[in-house]
Amino acid sequence: MTAPAAPPFHRPADLDEALRLLAAHPEAVPVAGGTDLMVAVNYRRTRPAAMLDLTRIEALRAWSDEGDAIRLGSGVPYTRICAELATVLPGLAAAARTVGSPQIRNRGTLGGNLATASPAGDGHPPLLATGADIEIASTGGTRTVPVAEFFTGPKRSVLAPGELITSVIVPKAAGPQQFLKVGTRNAMVIAVCSLAVALDLDTRRLGTGIGSAGPTPLTAPEAALIELPWTRPGLFNDALADEFGRRVAAAARPIDDVRGTAAYRRHALAVCAARALRRVWTAAHGTETTR
Amino acid sequence: MRVEMRIDGETAAADIDRPGESLLSTLRDRLGLYGTKNACEQGECGSCTVLLDGDPVCSCLVATAQCEGREVKTVVGAVPRPVRDAFIACGAVQCGFCTPGLLVSVADLLDREDDPSDAVIREALAGNLCRCTGYEKIIDAVHAAAEAMAGAPPVRAADATEATP
Ligand SMILES: Cc1cc2nc3c(=O)[nH]c(=O)nc-3n(C[C@H](O)[C@H](O)[C@H](O)COP(=O)(O)OP(=O)(O)OC[C@H]3O[C@@H](n4cnc5c(N)ncnc54)[C@H](O)[C@@H]3O)c2cc1C
Ligand code: FES
Ligand code: FES
Repeated sequence: MTAPAAPPFHRPADLDEALRLLAAHPEAVPVAGGTDLMVAVNYRRTRPAAMLDLTRIEALRAWSDEGDAIRLGSGVPYTRICAELATVLPGLAAAARTVGSPQIRNRGTLGGNLATASPAGDGHPPLLATGADIEIASTGGTRTVPVAEFFTGPKRSVLAPGELITSVIVPKAAGPQQFLKVGTRNAMVIAVCSLAVALDLDTRRLGTGIGSAGPTPLTAPEAALIELPWTRPGLFNDALADEFGRRVAAAARPIDDVRGTAAYRRHALAVCAARALRRVWTAAHGTETTR
Repeated sequence: MRVEMRIDGETAAADIDRPGESLLSTLRDRLGLYGTKNACEQGECGSCTVLLDGDPVCSCLVATAQCEGREVKTVVGAVPRPVRDAFIACGAVQCGFCTPGLLVSVADLLDREDDPSDAVIREALAGNLCRCTGYEKIIDAVHAAAEAMAGAPPVRAADATEATP
């Protein structure tokens, strides 16, 4: 009589060990917060033969100040992003606050959000709007991928077998940021569409990120190039905000699905974008706008 | 594979046979601890809420094997007496299925905030669904519990003598 084989569950204590284990056991599925993976496991959509726990790796659960940017460990749960980084990364913190519920935010991580690569992942638009970089490691070394190049399709990314997302390097806010999400409730919703806007007062640039309105999260490059009245901020007006909204809506590539129609998504994005631009401009310049 | 953790202050060990077994399954199906409820297994309802190293989480979404050496508190060990009393006094319990999860979430909230506003309560309980009460009485109960606990030193149910809800 032999004892039944123990289910392989790897609990590496540090990143090197995790990468070695992953290389040696390619069938092991990494698990961080489990808020995507465990739903699939519970509903028998996947039956991992082995799993690799990332929650004991301190390096993934820490963040550091790198001067112009925050190096955010991929395993920092949303609750901590909200509590610890709202001042330096306001757009990302605002998005984090909309994820699921307190229980989900206590476990869910940006690494899991990115690896799942859902077009509706709320972490993605603020990372696009700020031009964040994703750091990826394997036993072969480390590479850095701009977030705009990370997503390759619905639930697909450049992440290869044997690789782990180690951190996300997010530029610190250099001006007001906004994250707006449309859904049926103020909690526990997958976005019908979402939008992040980051205004950089140093470089006078506008960053955008669109969620849930295309095969991948998207940027709106034409909208970001809209001419803003930097030298006379008081000239900002609703027509400008509406034009920005139209350009954001035009950049989206939405489909009809259970959460909403493509037409509704474009409409909602235009409204959100105009509102977000008004808010960031007003926050930056204190100018009175009509709404 | 054997996983050892602390559950409601006691050492517990579970022999799991698949890596994806959830803490919720282990609690209920292996350890016979039925305080924690199962209503969706997808993180939506909060019936399965427990404290993991002090934080409210959905036990259906935690792999048991992730809990080696960790501290788990269920409704049995996480909830101060005044919170339970307030739920009953305020009519915040009807069928009771959501109650254990809500009690754990409320215990966590009142551990962080002495006197939460309605808005703070609603945000803290957004992950706990109740099909019966309409939530108003639950919010009343949180205020009543906060009032009862004001000034009184916190007594965890695990420290009290009769601890089974
Ligand atoms: C009730 C509920 C509500 C939700 N609401 C929202 C919401 O509002 N917005 C939203 O965006 N999402 C939401 N989600 C989805 C989920 O919470 C997020 O996508 C979360 O960020 C996933 O992170 P995790 O750590 O839990 O991932 P896990 O489930 O642990 O992992 C997900 C996937 O990523 C892989 N992975 C994890 N970490 C890494 C890493 N460091 N490197 C490589 N691969 C990795 C895993 O192997 C797995 O395939 C919700 C989920 C639930 C259950
Ligand atoms: S059973 Fe875990 S959230 Fe519903
Ligand atoms: S009392 Fe019945 S679900 Fe809440």
